Amino acid sequence: MPKIKMPKANPSLDMTPMVDLAFLLVTFFMLTASVRVSEPVVVDTPSSTSDKILPDNVLLVSIDRFGKAFFNISNPQVRISTLDRMGEQHKIKFTDEEKKRFGAMTSIGVPIDKLKEYIKLDDSQRQKVKSPGIPVDSLDNQLGEWIQFGRIEAAKQARGEKDKAESLGREFKYEPMRFAIKADGAASYIAVQDIIKIFTKKDIYRFNLITNLEQPEE
Amino acid sequence: MAEVNTGDGGGGHGKHDKKRAKKLSTRIDMTPMVDLAFLLLTFFVMTSTFNKAKTMEINFPADEPDKEKQQKVNNALTFIMSKDNSIYYYYGEFFPANNKNGKPATELTKTDFSKDGLHKLLLDKNKGTVEAINKLSEQLKIREIADTTYKRLAVNAKGDKTALTVLIKADDKAVYKNVIDLIDELNVCQVGKYAVVDMMPAEFELVTAAGTK
Repeated sequence: MPKIKMPKANPSLDMTPMVDLAFLLVTFFMLTASVRVSEPVVVDTPSSTSDKILPDNVLLVSIDRFGKAFFNISNPQVRISTLDRMGEQHKIKFTDEEKKRFGAMTSIGVPIDKLKEYIKLDDSQRQKVKSPGIPVDSLDNQLGEWIQFGRIEAAKQARGEKDKAESLGREFKYEPMRFAIKADGAASYIAVQDIIKIFTKKDIYRFNLITNLEQPEE
Repeated sequence: MAEVNTGDGGGGHGKHDKKRAKKLSTRIDMTPMVDLAFLLLTFFVMTSTFNKAKTMEINFPADEPDKEKQQKVNNALTFIMSKDNSIYYYYGEFFPANNKNGKPATELTKTDFSKDGLHKLLLDKNKGTVEAINKLSEQLKIREIADTTYKRLAVNAKGDKTALTVLIKADDKAVYKNVIDLIDELNVCQVGKYAVVDMMPAEFELVTAAGTK
């Protein structure tokens, strides 16, 4: 009797589609990943049911639980030109190298006269430095200056982009800079209010308060 | 596509060649590459953050030139936040003790962030608006009105003259979280008119007295 011959199946299967998919996903995640530079301050934001997403173009003031203020502008070009203006105001000259480094940084929480040293540090050293916060006294209101110049430079930047787009015959979509406040839930409300007062003195009344999304209880 | 040349594929070309190259396996072992690809994939999946920060949009009132001047508001509820997450409130206008009008002095009532506290109070005080909006969403559900109409009408209902107006005040012992929680609760309870304002000295005295009691 002839032996029943089992069909010889090839034990190695074609992995090509799987590998294709894997690489596609790798590419996707690599391109969408944004470099996140570590913030100098941990802010534990309170939660709310609001599901609005923070716009991309923001001027952000973070307030930690002790009421120290930190400043950030999301657009790197605006950051650099704001630094320029601040330098002019305080008679501090920043080199191109320093400006470039500043453009890649995140929130800063040091007074302007300490900023040069702070920019020099690398990321891991910066982690160890305890930021004293930006001075907000009425005598030395550096946060107010940062906000003022940031706003002017953002408007200039938008104007420049608009002119460029118009000269190329393209449509320009203006996205105004928003003012965001990211305060720690445990910060005293008075400290937050003082910072809001700095904004309202500059005729800025509309804010985005950053919160965590909370699942509503049913 | 990504198929590697196999033996017979290469053989097709070399049909007319006299000299046949030594047959080498053209199949490369792709396992290390695939391993690496998956490693990277896992890394990026783990590190990527999809959720962008959420925000709450709010307008703050401009500084008034005359702080002592009280604004006349209909149907106003004033919340005063104080230490240990406590909330005090009073309804209507504020009357200090021994005022000229001869009205009884305002007394603060204490409440908290629980469901039976703040939530219930707000729903009760804001009954008209909540009912109007519930009615609108019913209509939306059965497609009687379009969603744009719904949005417009809901905004109108919230901004109505008779709708509740809430004033939020905080003393120096209140934390930021309290204020956010309160604003959030207002949004949940369909209160459209609210403002964060400074406290009057008389109110501050009342709160301090209530806190030490």
